[in-house]
Amino acid sequence: MGTKVLIADDEPNIVVSLSFMMRREGYDVVVARDGAEALDAIRRERPALVLLDAMMPGLTGFDVCEAVRADAAVRDTRILMLTAKGRETDVARGLGAGADAYLTKPFSTRELVEKVREMLA
Amino acid sequence: MSVRRGLVAAALVPGACLAAWAALGLLILWTTLDPAARPAVAAGLGALVGGREALAVGWWVVGAALGGWAVVRLHAAHAAPVARMADAAQLLAGDAGTPDLVPSGGAAPRRLAVAINALASERRALRADMEQLAEAASRKAAEDRDQLAALMAELDQSVVVCNLDGRILLYNERARTLFRRLSPASRIAGGADLVGLGRSIHAAIDPAVIAHACEAVERRLARGEARPSARFATVAGNGSLIQASLAPVRAGEGAATTGYLLLLEDITEAHAAQARRDHRLLELTEGSRAALGSIQAALDMLDYPDLGPEERDEFQRVVREEVAAMGARLGELAGEAGRDLAARWPLQDILGADLVEAVAKRILATTGREVDCAAVEESLWLSADSHALTEAVTGLAARLAERGEALSLRLAPAGGWAYLDLAWPSADGATAAAAARWPDEAAAGAPSARELAERHGGGLWLSQDLPGGHCSFRFMLPRAVGDHDEAGAGERPVYYDFDLLAGGEARGALDDRPLDRLACTVFDCETTGLDPGGGDEIIQLGAVRILNGRLLNGEWFDHLVDPGRSIPEASIPFHGIRPEMVRGKPALVEVLPAFHAFAADTVLVGHNVAFDMRFLRLKEAATGVRFDQPVLDTLLLASVAQPEEESHALEAIAGRLGVPVTARHSAAGDALTTASVFLKLLPLLRSRGVVTLGEAREAAARSPFARLRY
Repeated sequence: MGTKVLIADDEPNIVVSLSFMMRREGYDVVVARDGAEALDAIRRERPALVLLDAMMPGLTGFDVCEAVRADAAVRDTRILMLTAKGRETDVARGLGAGADAYLTKPFSTRELVEKVREMLA
Repeated sequence: MSVRRGLVAAALVPGACLAAWAALGLLILWTTLDPAARPAVAAGLGALVGGREALAVGWWVVGAALGGWAVVRLHAAHAAPVARMADAAQLLAGDAGTPDLVPSGGAAPRRLAVAINALASERRALRADMEQLAEAASRKAAEDRDQLAALMAELDQSVVVCNLDGRILLYNERARTLFRRLSPASRIAGGADLVGLGRSIHAAIDPAVIAHACEAVERRLARGEARPSARFATVAGNGSLIQASLAPVRAGEGAATTGYLLLLEDITEAHAAQARRDHRLLELTEGSRAALGSIQAALDMLDYPDLGPEERDEFQRVVREEVAAMGARLGELAGEAGRDLAARWPLQDILGADLVEAVAKRILATTGREVDCAAVEESLWLSADSHALTEAVTGLAARLAERGEALSLRLAPAGGWAYLDLAWPSADGATAAAAARWPDEAAAGAPSARELAERHGGGLWLSQDLPGGHCSFRFMLPRAVGDHDEAGAGERPVYYDFDLLAGGEARGALDDRPLDRLACTVFDCETTGLDPGGGDEIIQLGAVRILNGRLLNGEWFDHLVDPGRSIPEASIPFHGIRPEMVRGKPALVEVLPAFHAFAADTVLVGHNVAFDMRFLRLKEAATGVRFDQPVLDTLLLASVAQPEEESHALEAIAGRLGVPVTARHSAAGDALTTASVFLKLLPLLRSRGVVTLGEAREAAARSPFARLRY
């Protein structure tokens, strides 16, 4: 049983690459298509790390992040926010909501993989 | 009468004196006589007078008459003329306009009269000089102000000048148009409830915001800045976003602030366009980042050497899909930016007839040919780049002229658009066939005619009316959306009252204010009949404002009202309003609140106003507005000013006071007549000691006409 990673993004085209990459890295991958699904998956699957897109329909990444930090059972889940929102206010908001790290799209997959390894070390 | 009696008494005095003198002389002689000699003397005298008493008395009478005559002559020559001249001189001292003294009597009084006349004429000349100087000075001041007002009218920005209390003392036409848009009740009051001389700017702009800006300006003034101003944005009653720049009004450098000037701009649309652009930009950057993220990740995956063919296809599909989506998004954005560019093209409002005239002149100058111009609807305004448009039409006209076509220009409205047609008679359609591509041919450095038309948001096409026997290039152009109703062709509306800068003195209790230092709303109602209690209703409400003794001929309220009932045929001759004229007009519940706002903070004035007030008061419950301000009645005031006159009907008073009566029995016309009558009554009232509002109300209440009740 490997380390579980949740990929939460509403863009299937990025999910394809992310899940391929995470599997290659030897993690167990769980996918969620929107915020609500992501929150459910976090509570059910207890992943060690979430790759969380900030802009999802319904619950946004920021909302999910805040909900996770407010929930004692899953509070320690690592969260890496991946988002196209590159403005300073967005980065600040993401970190303020409780994300452990914040990557702005586009990003190099090597950087992402290193960050994930580092966070799970 | 008493003068005459005095003169008679004076004429009798010499006779009495003569008698007394003779008697006294005889008495003295008598007393000096030796008592023994007295009987002899008495006997002697008795013998002398005896039988000749009549002669003695006659002698005395003649002497007395001569003396009396001399007194009368002397009085006539010296005393009477002096008294008359004293009276006349007193009159002259009071009023230099009274006639000169008539020299009369003796030489000395005559000289006196001539001297007094000389003094009086000198004084008259002096006064005339002074009046001339004063008049010239005030004419100069008035010209300066008119010039200022004219300049303001030309400005493209909305300008409002207020005193420190926020009372408006100057505004320009632009400001009026702006406020017309801002007014929540704009359909009825047309902005006149918000902007008007003497009105408070606080009705349109939050006083706290203005106070804050004023404080900021004062702070900067205190720091020694020469030209401080403060900018702020605020939301108007209708939700529009207003950007304002506030600058202090001072008599000179370092002088105290007496008011402030506001430059206002409605930035709602500009702000919305900016927000749209920002939103699109954000969408583009974020959308692109996401797409690039997917592409980058997929490309990175493709680098792995050990991919299966299915996985490879999948990642390549991702790349292709994202690239295509990004291309589409960019294309869409470019289109929108282009439309925005068109919207930002500097279009100006121009009167349709002016545009046609300019085009015809340009064509004549370029081709030497007269163009036949059809009459253009007077109220048609376009929003156009008139120079570029003139050039484009002229370009097409020149090419048509080369082919020998006779040209004509027509401009006609078509909904929110207008069609500008450059037409020529079409014999066989050959010219039309040749001209088909002309709109797209651009001269060097200039847009093509079609591009130009599209920049206006409109279009350009060739229209062939073969049965009608003519062809034309048709430019579809936007009509201007603003209001361009001409403000009273004759007089320039009054948009300023600098006396308000002094402000302070007018602050006392309303009743203590002189009648010519008031803001008044003079109004009149036309009704379906004379019995409001019995179901008669208002069908027209007209009003005009008076401020500080001046008629504001630019600030009107004039509305037909749908009475929600029939208009009796018998009443139509009195008001001239037929049922079809009020159909579709707002009801009183809509008009009355707007009128209430128009009349806010003013004294209501009307002729026989009790009648109109009865109608207004009966509607208080239904409309929720109360007219609780002071009310003046010109009928009662006229009866106070001219108590000896019998008729105080509006026409009769107007006739007596020389007020021209126009449009009698239309509400606004009657309001105007009443206002003029009111102003003419003020000096008459003043001469009767009625100066303030309180005095006018008291005097009116005492008038016998005040007992009329409706």
